[in-house]
Amino acid sequence: MSVPVLSLRGATKRFGGLVAVDDLDFDVHEHEVMGLIGPNGSGKSTTLNLISGALKPTSGTISLRGTPIGHLPAQDIARKGIARTFQLVRLLPSMTVLENVRAGAVFGHRRRWGAEADSYAMSMLELVDLDRRAHAHVDELTYIDTKRVELARTLASEPKVLLLDEWLAGLNPTELEQGITLIHRLREEGRTIILVEHVMDAIRSLCDRCVVMSSGAKIAEGTPQEVLSDREVIRAYLGDDDA
Amino acid sequence: MSGADIRNFALFVALFAIAACLPYVGGAFMLTLGVTIAMYTVLATSWALFSGPTHYISLATAAFFGLGTYTTGLGIEYLNYWLLIPIAAALGAILAALVGIATLRLSGVYFVIFTLGLAEFIRQIVTWSQNFSGQKGLYVLTDLTEVHIYWQLLVLAAIVYLSGWLIGRSRLGFALRIIGDDEEVACHSGINTSRAKVLLFMVSGAAAAATGAILAPRYIYIEPSLAFTPMLSFQVVIMALLGGTGRLWGPVVGVIPFTFLLEIISSNFPNQTTLLLGLSFLVIVFVLPKGVVGLMQSTKARMQRRGAFA
Repeated sequence: MSVPVLSLRGATKRFGGLVAVDDLDFDVHEHEVMGLIGPNGSGKSTTLNLISGALKPTSGTISLRGTPIGHLPAQDIARKGIARTFQLVRLLPSMTVLENVRAGAVFGHRRRWGAEADSYAMSMLELVDLDRRAHAHVDELTYIDTKRVELARTLASEPKVLLLDEWLAGLNPTELEQGITLIHRLREEGRTIILVEHVMDAIRSLCDRCVVMSSGAKIAEGTPQEVLSDREVIRAYLGDDDA
Repeated sequence: MSGADIRNFALFVALFAIAACLPYVGGAFMLTLGVTIAMYTVLATSWALFSGPTHYISLATAAFFGLGTYTTGLGIEYLNYWLLIPIAAALGAILAALVGIATLRLSGVYFVIFTLGLAEFIRQIVTWSQNFSGQKGLYVLTDLTEVHIYWQLLVLAAIVYLSGWLIGRSRLGFALRIIGDDEEVACHSGINTSRAKVLLFMVSGAAAAATGAILAPRYIYIEPSLAFTPMLSFQVVIMALLGGTGRLWGPVVGVIPFTFLLEIISSNFPNQTTLLLGLSFLVIVFVLPKGVVGLMQSTKARMQRRGAFA
């Protein structure tokens, strides 16, 4: 098999005495959508922060196409091609929708400038169905639209790997349907995605493979069907009685 | 360049041409006020270039200004005056880079305190070394008059405006706006945030040092308490905030009225100047938190809204 796009080997993050991520190994291959799931506090978001460079691993290696990136600051990791959304949406409040997306196009993995950056940002807005609101100010948007802006901003950097941190959380049923359709579209385009998610329907329909975490460690890995019927996984989510 | 750019540029040239004519129409008093306004325009505008988008309040203006003043004071015996201004600017940029690398990783309040301390620290070093050498101050004797200083400051102001305009249209300017909005997003978008901040701080420091170098001949006799006075740093901040830092032309809108206010206060109440300055600072912060520019923008928005309903 070819070199994985992203691989973690023994990735560990300690906060004082607490081991938030414990000796984690997994690979993500090209065009794969991988779900990172587990109960609250199991270390999913910390893992995402380690990959994006928001946090430095205490030990272990993280590599992008075989090159170690674990020691790099977030801006270098972004430039090498890893883009992320945030669990609580982060937009640039003084700017318009288009300018927000342009930030990704100008400074990301593939760097563009001027009219080229604008037209690329615009095409990403079309991809997330927000091109009509391009010149709106970000504080005029609905919740799902702010999420679309953030997604378009990460896409505009043409990342090799896209990290979505609970991108579907907080949406109402109609929005959720639109959100899943949108991520399906990205999947069809052959993008490589890691998604941290709690919405099980989304995980079943979107993920090729899942890694399940509990108390910082990997407890299962496989297709969504496999892991969701795993006794260990059910115990982690629901407790001993239901397993 | 678009049509609006050409129009703005023409307006800019026209305003500078009018300002340059001041020595021919105004008297000595007007010229003195003109020098003060030009000086604070350069200082406040270059201060806002950095502090406007990043929201880092720097109180180091006096450090850069004093550095420039002393560059002229010490160098005038050995070097051509016209060489000293670029040297002062380069020294200002170097000092800004050192300070920037050491402190811009710090968040807001620590940065403010550090920059205030820096100016005081340099002043103490200069005072100490003068005591050591037995010298008390420096004489800067040139044949430059008030008019020459005024024109030099105008040229410097033009350079600051042009740099600000170019930075605003560059990747660096865009990066700074993103940093000001959300630093976390900035670094996750691939922006080297420390480098962007240090570069802009260097531009700001170089402009303040050049201003000091140009003004040294005006003082004739310079000493640390004059060149590194912390009042200068505070006044620059007040003026820039009064005008508004959201636009390149914002600070000058604060500089002009504040210079007149300062003139009125210091000539009528020479013993209560500091007290009244403090009060006016409080009033500005309470009444105009976003400066004159912010007030104009919100008034415009309100009128548009009323127009839309009418």
